[in-house]
Amino acid sequence: MSESTTSASTSSASSTATSGATAADGDSGGPAAARAASHGERILLDGVTKRYPGQHKAAVDDVTLEIPAGEIVMLVGPSGCGKTTTMKMINRLIEPTGGRILIGDEDVTHKNADDLRRRIGYVIQGAGLFPHYTVGDNIGLVPNLLKWDKSRTRKRVEELLDMVGLDPGQFRDRYPRQLSGGQQQRVGVARALAADPPVLLMDEPFGAVDPITRQRLQDELLRLQEELRKTIVFVTHDFDEAVKLGDRIAILQEGSEVVQYDTPEQILAAPANDFVEGFVGSGAALKQLTLTRVRDVDLHEAAVAKVGGDARSAITKARELGRKWVIVLDEEERPQRWVPVDELEKSGTLGSVTRNLDLEVVNTASTLQDALDQMLTSSHGVVVVTGRRNRYEGVIRVETIMAAMQSMQSAAHRAETVTPTGARS
Amino acid sequence: MTAASKGYPMGFWSFVQDRAPVLASDAWQHFSLVVQSLAISTVLGLALAVLVYRSPAGSAAANAFSAIGLTIPSYALLGLMVGIISLGVVPSVIGLVFYGTLPILRNAIVGLSGVDKTLVESARGMGMSPTAVLLKLEIPLAWPIVMTGIRVSGQMLMGVAAIAAFVLGPGLGGFIFSGISRFGGANATNSIVAGTVGILILAVILDLLLTVVSRLTTSRGIRV
Ligand SMILES: Nc1ncnc2c1ncn2[C@@H]1O[C@H](COP(=O)(O)OP(=O)(O)O)[C@@H](O)[C@H]1O
Ligand SMILES: [Mg+2]
Repeated sequence: MSESTTSASTSSASSTATSGATAADGDSGGPAAARAASHGERILLDGVTKRYPGQHKAAVDDVTLEIPAGEIVMLVGPSGCGKTTTMKMINRLIEPTGGRILIGDEDVTHKNADDLRRRIGYVIQGAGLFPHYTVGDNIGLVPNLLKWDKSRTRKRVEELLDMVGLDPGQFRDRYPRQLSGGQQQRVGVARALAADPPVLLMDEPFGAVDPITRQRLQDELLRLQEELRKTIVFVTHDFDEAVKLGDRIAILQEGSEVVQYDTPEQILAAPANDFVEGFVGSGAALKQLTLTRVRDVDLHEAAVAKVGGDARSAITKARELGRKWVIVLDEEERPQRWVPVDELEKSGTLGSVTRNLDLEVVNTASTLQDALDQMLTSSHGVVVVTGRRNRYEGVIRVETIMAAMQSMQSAAHRAETVTPTGARS
Repeated sequence: MTAASKGYPMGFWSFVQDRAPVLASDAWQHFSLVVQSLAISTVLGLALAVLVYRSPAGSAAANAFSAIGLTIPSYALLGLMVGIISLGVVPSVIGLVFYGTLPILRNAIVGLSGVDKTLVESARGMGMSPTAVLLKLEIPLAWPIVMTGIRVSGQMLMGVAAIAAFVLGPGLGGFIFSGISRFGGANATNSIVAGTVGILILAVILDLLLTVVSRLTTSRGIRV
């Protein structure tokens, strides 16, 4: 089969260039200008300890951890090991009983807690939205605490709803109970980002949503982070989530003891000890699929037709590629559904194609693992890939995934033989 | 009408028509006494609830106080008040506020302690002060339950206010008392019925008003 390939990475590079250009005309006050406002700051936990009254073992025992600016650090560990306690000491919802915490170069251990918290976004499981506030008022909470004027808050709310993929006109005046769990969680993220804090704390934020929504929310967080470059501390007990989202992973055991602190690649290739190995679990090779994004591999081209366009050229193209199906796009290049070539030949028109709501689609930011999942439920053996604004980019085939897996396995093998143990903290 | 002036029994409607101005003014005073006492009770009940709801011991004490308080006969309390203060409006208001506060206090404690702790924590995590959390989160979320308490109080106070006539307070109680004291006499029954029905009508009006207030003051996001 001789199919031409298109590279998704080229197009993502060009879109970055575009957003860079928009940010440059800064004073116009466009969304891009505001979004570029504040990047992350480093967080340093220096010998931090928490001993709850009446307990003789410390819940967090002398933890030292540096979280680099602009990175996502995942705290992973079994339930009760002290992840939440560690995180809540950063915004002082829990006061440390020992050690100090620095954000940037500032020691915040004794700073006014309310002031500190307004500079730290906080997202919890189930979003924690105020049920009696509209979506807009929820997002405007911290700006209001900071006494922003009304029009500035309003603009910011709109911009944030846009950013998390919710139409402001449709969602601003709704109440949380009128949203799905996934939508609530998006609003929760928007609310945390409202005052553009350099630091974001997320405590199992996607723990309460279904797997498909969770995957989408994870993809969106990664997409946002590409632009925002916040310092994110993310607590999870799901190692796969940690591998997917983390720039670094801290594997914790009881007392919040850091067992291994490293990149996902290193942890998968060289677990520090049996405890970590237990966490990584079997199928480390398969897990590496979550380390590669769709944009990192070469996509294939499918026969494409436009709604209302000429059926004939689509048929010719399909024949050329030796395909029996054509993917139909709407005016804005968003994929609608697969249509068999025979049907096109018979009807000869592309006038009334409706969107297949179950069409298997992944984003360029999705992982190969997600693509594989979608592929397994698809009857086409391929999955459509979309980029910005859900525009069609190409398709991904099972061969691509197999090849990626093989090359990763051999790379991991090399790493294992070269690095005897992971770096410890 | 001459029949009335001669002390002969008359029809209920004629009785009402004959005393319409007095009835109307007593009804208004009854209503006003209840509404004003209810307003004071609401402030007091909420304030006490805010003081105790975070402490389990405090909440238990307040609930016990509320339960025991409601068993004190209103006659006894008002009588006691006369001994301490005097006759008239002041002991009536104090008595009503005492009874009115109890259901509101109890419901406010239930409402405030029922607010999801993770919500409170996420509010604190965003940098809201404890006062802001109370005013913007906890009270608004507890509000529908507090309003239920206010409606229960309102109904109860309509009845208690009738007893206020016993200490020469204002209201429709006077009709009932004078009827009872002249029992068997001309128009005694008419007097009791007029007072009682009047109070029932006021109670229905108040409850309708409170239902409207409750709707207007409860966010659409938490209305059932
Ligand atoms: N408020 C508290 N009071 C007393 N002990 C607590 C409190 N919160 C957590 N703990 C204890 O501290 C330990 C760590 O808890 P936590 O940080 O919530 O763990 P994780 O988030 O990793 O599940 C657990 O043993 C837990 O029982
Ligand atoms: Mg936890």
